[in-house]
Amino acid sequence: MKRFGLIILGLGALALVAGWALTRPATIPADEVAAITPDLARGELVFHAAGCASCHAAPDAEDKTILAGGYRLDTPAGVFVAPNISQDPEYGIGNWTRAEVVTAIIKGTSPDGRHYYPAFPYPAYNKAELSDIVSLAAYLETLPADPTPSQPHELGFPYSIRVGIGLWKLVGVTDGYAIDLPDDPQLARGQYLSEALAHCGECHTPRNMQQALDTTRWFAGAPNPSGRGTIPNITPAKLDWSLDDIAAYLETGFTPDFDVAGGTMAAVVQGLGNLPKEDLEAIAAYVKAVPAAE
Amino acid sequence: MSKFPKILIAATLAAAVSAPAFAESHSADLPPAVKARQAHMQLYAHNIGILAGMARGTAEYNAEAASAAASNIAALSSLNQSTYWAPGTDSDAVEGSRALPALWENIPDAIAKGEALTTAAAALAGTAGDGLEAVQAGLGPVGRACGACHEDYQLSDE
Repeated sequence: MKRFGLIILGLGALALVAGWALTRPATIPADEVAAITPDLARGELVFHAAGCASCHAAPDAEDKTILAGGYRLDTPAGVFVAPNISQDPEYGIGNWTRAEVVTAIIKGTSPDGRHYYPAFPYPAYNKAELSDIVSLAAYLETLPADPTPSQPHELGFPYSIRVGIGLWKLVGVTDGYAIDLPDDPQLARGQYLSEALAHCGECHTPRNMQQALDTTRWFAGAPNPSGRGTIPNITPAKLDWSLDDIAAYLETGFTPDFDVAGGTMAAVVQGLGNLPKEDLEAIAAYVKAVPAAE
Repeated sequence: MSKFPKILIAATLAAAVSAPAFAESHSADLPPAVKARQAHMQLYAHNIGILAGMARGTAEYNAEAASAAASNIAALSSLNQSTYWAPGTDSDAVEGSRALPALWENIPDAIAKGEALTTAAAALAGTAGDGLEAVQAGLGPVGRACGACHEDYQLSDE
């Protein structure tokens, strides 16, 4: 009986160590980041494609490069408030190393070794090329500083327990793409832009019981994570727009019948509208290639 | 004089209260204020479509048609729409309305966004006859002005 208790204790200790090892916050080594020469023009393109300003620009600010934060993502788990990621050394990320910024974006780990909530779409950004994210980090360094303090998230139990995010990452963060596509350079570019940077699936794909994206119903629409209404199904089962229609919508916000994008999509279009035409067409080709799902 | 707005409000409220009863109904059953503003949006869309067709090269640029469409948008944006946005006709109260309750909680901001559209539309109306480049340059600000209001006050939906 005594021995049984010891075995249980031993197993418990093992589980704790294994759990810690599996769920501890991961980082990108500084020397890997230092070895890459950033390309600022590429960093700016990544900035627009990844939609950084959609959440981190101050709401209603004219200048979308002042990343003072403050956007409130009002979800069933509580309110996530986008932090200040401007270059202010005290209130922003001005005194972070480039490797710390890259680690935050790809691994969802803060400089003090904590997990970020996946309201920050690192489950998409982890699929980006390291050189693209290094270029993005370098581009962020060229943007203005703003001394607005970040506001705390307003979350209830159990979402207020950050350690739980480490466990969630085991199911919610995957290395591979969500869907298989024929080998085609335009589709590959579209998949990279959509799945790794623009993180379309974060809103357009429903979530399963574990709150991970349901890749069997990719882009099939979902409840609006930040308010009323629904985020539409954009698979070919529902969206019958032409490739040019989709590309034009992503550039200008005009639908084929000339309604104008609203809700959170308005900010997405403000970012994507800066991409070259070929990239918008690549995203459109990808959207049209997604399996139809009712 | 003071009696008339009260009647209007009462009628609007009555329409709003009875609205859930015909949920899933056809647009013909929408309260008149909602029909009016949706028709207003339809007129914007029609005229923007003419200009966007030219801007994208799917239609030939025509100075007269461009001027007419841009002038229509400017005229529409300067109409007094106060009775369209009747209290009690938000998306929570009326099935088929896409105007979020937040609009009525931020009337001064909604008016400011409307005025921004008036400004952008007037600029486009002034230049749309000058050539294709002017249409291409002026349409973006108009679209962004529409989008600014939709971003905050339009219900996300399929």
